[in-house]
Amino acid sequence: MSDNPFSLWVYLSQSPLLWLTVTLLVYATTDAVSLTTRRHPLANPVLHAMWIIGAFLLMTGTSYTTYFAGAQFVHFLLGPATVALAVPLYENRKRVVASIVPMLVALVAGSVTAVVSVVLLAEFAGLPRDVVTSLAPKSVTAGVAMGISESLHADPSLTAVSVILTGIMGAIIVTPLMNRTGITDFRARGFAAGLAAHGIGTARAFQVNEIAGVFSGIAMSLNALVTSFLVPIAVTLLVR
Amino acid sequence: MLASLSLILLCQLIGEVVVRGLGLPLPGPVLGLLLLLLLLLARDRFALLARGPLRNDGVETASKGLLAHLSLLFVPAGVGVVQKLDLLASHGIAIILVLALSVIVTLLVTVLVFRLVSRLLRQQEVP
Repeated sequence: MSDNPFSLWVYLSQSPLLWLTVTLLVYATTDAVSLTTRRHPLANPVLHAMWIIGAFLLMTGTSYTTYFAGAQFVHFLLGPATVALAVPLYENRKRVVASIVPMLVALVAGSVTAVVSVVLLAEFAGLPRDVVTSLAPKSVTAGVAMGISESLHADPSLTAVSVILTGIMGAIIVTPLMNRTGITDFRARGFAAGLAAHGIGTARAFQVNEIAGVFSGIAMSLNALVTSFLVPIAVTLLVR
Repeated sequence: MLASLSLILLCQLIGEVVVRGLGLPLPGPVLGLLLLLLLLLARDRFALLARGPLRNDGVETASKGLLAHLSLLFVPAGVGVVQKLDLLASHGIAIILVLALSVIVTLLVTVLVFRLVSRLLRQQEVP
């Protein structure tokens, strides 16, 4: 028995064990709910895990830094998971090679649209200059987007937030939007998801259809490359 | 399993070293992806390479295991939103609307251009 009822909490709340467990438990729950709704877009497991854990941190007065000390073990796996995308790509290589031309044209059109639309809309909404530049790389996977943001002297942590918000909104919107537009080609649907909504869009694409997942992963990787060149140009040309 | 994970990490490590070393503007793991893809393709050509994790779908199984939980990996970064609550309180609605509109426009332009070019090339639609 400890003398102070809070000392156990003080100990646990500072240990990586607690926050790693919380991350896995909450996600396992939101993922199970998502499965029972047959992967309904609004039951997105990342979205719900995010606000539940966020609310828990606010209620217990835990800093994000403390939380991340535990959650980093999960975060770390993003790199290996990106490498692992080689496997579905390898298994579907014939289909991918056959679609190389539409992919490259859609890549250029989509990358330009992603950057230009967000900069113009943010200017139109009257957002401050540093917010506009921080939003510009929002369609690229977080690690790369934060690098771009840093090189522009924008706010990398705001960029990270806008990347996540974009990914989640893309993952929620993509299926109903494509169904309404009547597009049944899962190569094109997946490619759009990965280009507009990076890894979270890719995770969603894999839930819907394997081919969509493969094309989404390719779009995410290629868009990271194109956007690195595009954002500095767009910011110079478009931002007041 | 362990050998397969090591191979995946090794690909990422080489990717990071090359990207940092040459100052390339792409993420290390993306180069790691290309490296693993080349290894898998090379294995099919040279029987000599088909050992360890490159035998009997070793690295394939490990990779699919990782990708099955891809969504989970975004949760820690996503919770980072709590750090920006003040900014979201002042500009949140505008930021969310701007991002939502941009993502819709980007999805539509990308998918329509893909379909248009695909149709011009008379490619079969993949059901």
